[in-house]
Amino acid sequence: MTGLRILRAGGDATIQDAGRAGWLRYGVTPAGPMDWIAHETANRLAGNAPGAAAIETGPGGIAVAAEGAPLRLGWAAAGFAVTLDDAPLPARAAATLEPGATLRIRAVAGGVWAYLAVAGGLRLAPVMGSLATHLRSAIGPFGGRALCAGDLLPCAPGAVAPPLALSGAPGSAPPPGAVRVLWGPQDDAFTDAARAAFAGEPYVLSARSDRMGYRLCGPRLAHARGHDIVSDGIPLGAVQVPGDGQPIVLMADRQPTGGYPKIAVVIRADLPILAQTRPGAAVRFRPVDRATAVAALRAARAALAALSPRPVGAALDLAALASGDHASGFVDARAPD
Amino acid sequence: MTAAPRFLDAGECALVVEFGSVIDEALAARVLALDAALAADPPEGLRELVPTYRSLMIHYDPLVLDRAALVAHVAARLPAAAAPAAAARLWRLPVCYDPACAGGMAAEVAADQAHVAAACGMTPDAVIALHAGATFRLVMYGFAPGWAYLSGLPPALRLPRRDSPRPLIPGGSVIVAGGQAVIAGGPMPSGWHILGLTPARLFDPARTPPLSVEVGDSLRPDPVDAASFAALAGRAAAGETLVRPG
Repeated sequence: MTGLRILRAGGDATIQDAGRAGWLRYGVTPAGPMDWIAHETANRLAGNAPGAAAIETGPGGIAVAAEGAPLRLGWAAAGFAVTLDDAPLPARAAATLEPGATLRIRAVAGGVWAYLAVAGGLRLAPVMGSLATHLRSAIGPFGGRALCAGDLLPCAPGAVAPPLALSGAPGSAPPPGAVRVLWGPQDDAFTDAARAAFAGEPYVLSARSDRMGYRLCGPRLAHARGHDIVSDGIPLGAVQVPGDGQPIVLMADRQPTGGYPKIAVVIRADLPILAQTRPGAAVRFRPVDRATAVAALRAARAALAALSPRPVGAALDLAALASGDHASGFVDARAPD
Repeated sequence: MTAAPRFLDAGECALVVEFGSVIDEALAARVLALDAALAADPPEGLRELVPTYRSLMIHYDPLVLDRAALVAHVAARLPAAAAPAAAARLWRLPVCYDPACAGGMAAEVAADQAHVAAACGMTPDAVIALHAGATFRLVMYGFAPGWAYLSGLPPALRLPRRDSPRPLIPGGSVIVAGGQAVIAGGPMPSGWHILGLTPARLFDPARTPPLSVEVGDSLRPDPVDAASFAALAGRAAAGETLVRPG
């Protein structure tokens, strides 16, 4: 059988498509990628539809091999080292992996989440209409668990084609460390001082963060009228504040409803910036209005649609790509010709 | 006369229609009525509807559906929500109130029944009779997959949560606290009081469809003994839903 064999997985690699849509009202978490822009970038590099299932890995990293036939792969792994049999590859690229070779993605320089897509997608049975993995409720492919060494992901044989690469950051990146938010829906549950601190002071990402929630430490956010509300819905990126006054941003594996007040919601275009923040790094929240948030989302989607991977210099095979002069071969997809 | 709901942004991709801030049967009924009206006639770009006791969260794509158009669409359907319709369907749900059905958790279930009885000033049998005789309405799922939040708990069974949560309660636990009733869709930590267990699995991702009771449907307990519970649990494991029209 043709497939992608997992040779090594660091415990935080899962299969994720765009998320398990349609089940929120039944208490079922959508899951999906932590960094939707990098996930879509990997899929576009592989020639897939934007929401196709791909491998997400955290700092644990993965090593994979093609089995049965060459496979066409696309990846987006900023802050990770991507290597083919120990030769370095660009962070956002596509190439054909021949049987017998090993592709590795290892965290080295600040990367938190990386994505690896196989052209044609993964031939796995959807669970409740999706290939997203939710570890806590064990829903998804492979019984909803993380990928392990030995797993074989069935896929279609890939076309042998020249390697392609992108450089530069997709979308309109705001200043590093700034994450834009919309106030609400319960910002009125907080004191004026709390709102001022949230919008003005840095918050440090805690090591106790995971796919469900990013915990932040900083000036205490005091509630104006207690910290219990009757449960209501939780959108992706909601900043909830429990009784200790320390904010938690609810990420891909969030619960669909909850009973802590939400002071703000991270705008969708900036969620990847927060997702890719490392524990110990400072985050600043910058409130914007709704029109700005919608414009930023439109710009991010347009930038993804406009991605145009280019052949890497004159090199037309992966070995040449691996050993070649990357700096001269890259083309910034955003740069005008 | 009912107050107009508030429209609150929850980011640029979700809108909250908030009918109130408390748990109230009339509010919940209005939420469910609006939920049904929007589900029957969704504007393009509406992604998902998440009803709760007091509000409806509308997930949408703001590049397809403009917020002002969404608010207008909702506002046009509010009169329907002001005169909520009754539950569409009534289901009988097998529930075993014999602590023996809980196996290794039998002592905890017996202790919870005794605690609820003492706190509510009645005998454990009276607690069970009140719960078993009630008709509940499934107002929302939340917390975890298939955790069903019900309205309709008799007011006499109102009491606070336990002082300390249990690290794990069994899936199927029939629990009460804070004036609310819940059917636990799966095993989770919980500080609520366990009155019994249902052998039915309200949620089973391996089954098609995974959910057997819709939001807005009514549920009435169908008491079963511990021997029947064991047999029914085996059938549930084989994929039977066990709920039947009431």
